[in-house]
Amino acid sequence: MSPRAKTALEPAKTNPELIRNFCIIAHIDHGKSTLADRMLQLTGVVDDRSMRAQYLDRMDIERERGITIKSQAVRMPWELDGQTYALNMIDTPGHVDFTYEVSRSLAACEGAVLLVDAAQGIEAQTLANLYLALENDLTIIPVLNKIDLPAAQPEKYAEELAELIGGKPEDCLKVSGKTGVGVDQLLDVIIRTVPNPVGDPNAPARAMIFDSVYDTYRGVVTYVRMVDGSLSAREKITMLSTKAVHELLEIGVSSPEPEPTKGLGVGEVGYLITGVKDVRQSKVGDTVTTSLKPATTALKGYSEPKPMVFSGIYPIDGSDYPNLREALDKLKLSDASLVYEPETSVALGFGFRCGFLGLLHLEIITERLEREFGLDLIATAPSVVYEVTLDDKKEVTVTNPSEYPVGKISKVLEPIVRATILSPKDYVGTIMELCQSRRGNMLDMQYFGTDRVQLRYDMPLAEIVFDFFDNLKSRTQGYASLDYEENGLSEGDLVKVDILLQGEQVDAFSAIVHREKAYAYGVMMTSKLRELIPRQQFEVPIQAAVGARIIARETIRAMRKDVLAKCYGGDISRKRKLLEKQKEGKKRMKMVGRVEVPQEAFIAALSSDTEKKGEKKGK
Amino acid sequence: MAQLPKGEPAPSDGRITKLFDSAQHSFHAYVHIPYCLTRCGYCDFNTYTASELANHRRDEYFEYVLKEISFSREVLAASEVIARPISTVFFGGGTPTLLAADDLIQILQGLRSTFGISPEAEITTEANPDSVDESYLEKLFEAGFNRISFGMQSAVPEVLKVLERTHNPENVEKNVAIAKRIGFQTSVDLIYGTPGESLADWKKSLQVATSLETDHISAYSLIVEPGTKLNRQIESGQISPPDEDLHAQMYEMVEQVLVEAGFRNYEVSNWARGVDSRSKHNMAYWQSQDWWGYGPGAHSHIAGNRFWNVKHPAAYAERISQAISPALERELVDSDNRVVEKVMLELRLVDGVDVQWLRSQGLAGPKIVAELIADELIEGASAISGRMTLTPKGRLLADAVIRKVLEF
Ligand SMILES: Nc1nc2c(ncn2[C@@H]2O[C@H](COP(=O)(O)OP(=O)(O)OP(=O)(O)O)[C@@H](O)[C@H]2O)c(=O)[nH]1
Ligand SMILES: C[S@@+](CC[C@H](N)C(=O)[O-])C[C@H]1O[C@@H](n2cnc3c(N)ncnc32)[C@H](O)[C@@H]1O
Ligand code: SF4
Ligand SMILES: [Mg+2]
Repeated sequence: MSPRAKTALEPAKTNPELIRNFCIIAHIDHGKSTLADRMLQLTGVVDDRSMRAQYLDRMDIERERGITIKSQAVRMPWELDGQTYALNMIDTPGHVDFTYEVSRSLAACEGAVLLVDAAQGIEAQTLANLYLALENDLTIIPVLNKIDLPAAQPEKYAEELAELIGGKPEDCLKVSGKTGVGVDQLLDVIIRTVPNPVGDPNAPARAMIFDSVYDTYRGVVTYVRMVDGSLSAREKITMLSTKAVHELLEIGVSSPEPEPTKGLGVGEVGYLITGVKDVRQSKVGDTVTTSLKPATTALKGYSEPKPMVFSGIYPIDGSDYPNLREALDKLKLSDASLVYEPETSVALGFGFRCGFLGLLHLEIITERLEREFGLDLIATAPSVVYEVTLDDKKEVTVTNPSEYPVGKISKVLEPIVRATILSPKDYVGTIMELCQSRRGNMLDMQYFGTDRVQLRYDMPLAEIVFDFFDNLKSRTQGYASLDYEENGLSEGDLVKVDILLQGEQVDAFSAIVHREKAYAYGVMMTSKLRELIPRQQFEVPIQAAVGARIIARETIRAMRKDVLAKCYGGDISRKRKLLEKQKEGKKRMKMVGRVEVPQEAFIAALSSDTEKKGEKKGK
Repeated sequence: MAQLPKGEPAPSDGRITKLFDSAQHSFHAYVHIPYCLTRCGYCDFNTYTASELANHRRDEYFEYVLKEISFSREVLAASEVIARPISTVFFGGGTPTLLAADDLIQILQGLRSTFGISPEAEITTEANPDSVDESYLEKLFEAGFNRISFGMQSAVPEVLKVLERTHNPENVEKNVAIAKRIGFQTSVDLIYGTPGESLADWKKSLQVATSLETDHISAYSLIVEPGTKLNRQIESGQISPPDEDLHAQMYEMVEQVLVEAGFRNYEVSNWARGVDSRSKHNMAYWQSQDWWGYGPGAHSHIAGNRFWNVKHPAAYAERISQAISPALERELVDSDNRVVEKVMLELRLVDGVDVQWLRSQGLAGPKIVAELIADELIEGASAISGRMTLTPKGRLLADAVIRKVLEF
């Protein structure tokens, strides 16, 4: 298909009335990036030859996992009724950990395509993202996707969608991101219904930073949405919050490759390059203005996302510590939500306590550290932040279980989230059971259509971090979806369980758990470690303790034989090489007192797989 | 079959790069006979059944070995390694006794005429209990052989069956008695920890073995070697894997039964009635003397060089006929590695290693020695008087002790 618009409108000179800014929002995997692909092709900004699936998912990790992590904005031309328009489309991530990416994308738009997989229907993040879009006063365009699937039920879900946002089921567009069906009509509808941006072209320039990314070649690339006035190349700009002044080395639009322009005008979306090397100097949510004629009032920004989950990250080879620091510093350049500070573990040596937005974020960061920086890492079990008040009124914030204060504790507050679970109604029973076992407090239950139910719970974040999602998925054959948001702190009856090897506490295995779950955790960890730690020349007791009280115990029996029976003339070279190999292997051992613990044992004991097993045992 | 180690290519002229002058070391000969009637399920030795060697003449094998003997003499001379008379000769396999007694004797004569053999030399052959008889043994004795090591393995038919040993257990008793009568020193090899073997089975084998009143007994815990039939059977679940704890118990049992029967342990897996009945040939290996190994896959150690021959009998024959060195690869053991080897080998021996020497190598600091004593892995009194020697418990954990001493 050849694109309709022959010549695109020139950036910086585009009449705001001919601009439409929209994002695509949906539950994870409902097809946002695939729909974006069709738009890129249809508008001609990516030719068929260069096209590849999920074109905008550029990071290796995005491509491998088939998910979007970073929002991407693209300017595309489109013609309707003989008039050429400029569309700015933002493809957003669907996973709950990256909700903050969605919120900032929304702030750059007037409209949102709410995409729903016609074979799946409305899910938790559909609701969460719709809610955010309405908060931002965006015009919502409901669209059913994947109508090519035999299992698609567009009529049914059109009704549910109409019920949800008001309107008629027939207004709901039906498309297939895979075949391209309906995508051209969708672009037409976007032009017709999404309001054009409005701003004062003569006012002092104000541009909202909605993303800031570090690029090895170009330095920090700042993505902005112009609200008032204009910016042009080579002029000096000021960051309103810090008053820092930078020179604009380059200004442009992504289409989807960066295209330098003369500038950006009201309503336009594009990027700025200033030579800044650190994203923190170009903060998301900040307002950019010109130094010559600066604006005085900042645009409403957004609060930076707070890390919700913490984990200790350690290099397996202790000498990699400086490399790990450097790698974290580099990742931080493009991911301001990553926080970390040095910590030491008796068992694991030097590492960093890192804060993440969620488990997926943790997983992705560790994977990037390993892959992009060639590090071998151990991550300790994820933990949340506890606010502990001692009897003497002193308050301590605990992000690392091993730092949990000993002694008189008068109160522990733990983070609570409000969880929204959507599922076919058949699974309500099992979901309620799960949530109850996770200390959930049910708020309400609501039907969508005839067979889908929404359950809302207040639940400790720690319970969600502890493998909740996998459990939910397996109990509901994958049908349930989950969304959650912070909802304050609440007092919990919590204790710290320590794990001791031959009487020595292994800090990496300490966990803060609800009093009633301490025993299950203790039994799970001790029996797991008994399997994972090889026998030593002496007996090794493994204990789980709450304070001084031992709640579970296992024993690794002493190894009785470690000798090769035969050693003939011909065996000598081989035997020496074997010794050398064992010596190498020992580098991967961590000493806990006199006990040699292989790194693999730490990794396996700390992996979530263990938690799952432990849970089964605990019941 | 057991893989050869990984080394650098050996020079085609066989030349030895003398790392030090080994004139003070004794010189020994090992002769490999790569033939067996059938292959036992646990065995990964470099040996072949008749059907595995088509167009191969076993009866010509000794001629190749004779050629390698004269070749070795030239190599030593060219490499300026002082020739010494041979202190021990060991015929191993495989099953050396599958060859005609005359073939073995020809080889022995070849060694004697080439290097000379010390009058008091120990000359051993391994023997399958089924493949010798009185006249065979008498011939060997007359030619100078004076020690026979029988592959007994077990006295329990079920155990022999799992091991796929085909020999008739009664022949062990019969032939040991004959060998003793003729005047040979005798030894039997035993294997314990065979899947399915009970402590009672093992006791039975030990009782039978001690009743033979040999001079020497070797007892090895069964090693499941990669690539063997036994290994496949264990991996497929047909046979349960050996239990290391049971191995340890069985080891304790050998030590007890053999000590009661008048034997003394002198190497982790070897017991002898007296110092004179120890295997002098094996002691040479463990004390890093010089030896030349003849035959396919045989290993040699001379003046810090370890080298090993091509593995297959056909490849070996090929090289020998073309007067190319049969050595495939070699390893030049530098002084650091010589220290490693010495600790690795000598700690397994009854006299252990000199503590002062260890100290001089920067090893076995007081803390390590004290810990080893506290863990009952080495003898405290002996350490105090200057030798690091393993306790019976330490013998079972010898590799761990070695790693600790070497700080590996
Ligand atoms: N049959 C069919 N499959 C589709 C369609 N659109 C997307 N898919 C498939 O659905 C899966 C998810 O598609 P994506 O485009 O990556 O979904 P997404 O919403 O961008 O996912 P996140 O960014 O991770 O939230 C992929 O396997 C696509 O091939 C469609 O219209 N029809
Ligand atoms: C060179 S081998 C073979 C000698 C002779 N062919 C025989 O089998 O009797 C010498 C001894 O090593 C021992 N041996 C061989 N393979 C073994 C294994 N896999 N594990 C333990 N000992 C083994 C046996 O006791 C054997 O008698
Ligand atoms: S007889 Fe000895 S060398 Fe031959 S196959 Fe059996 S164990 Fe191996
Ligand atoms: Mg996507």
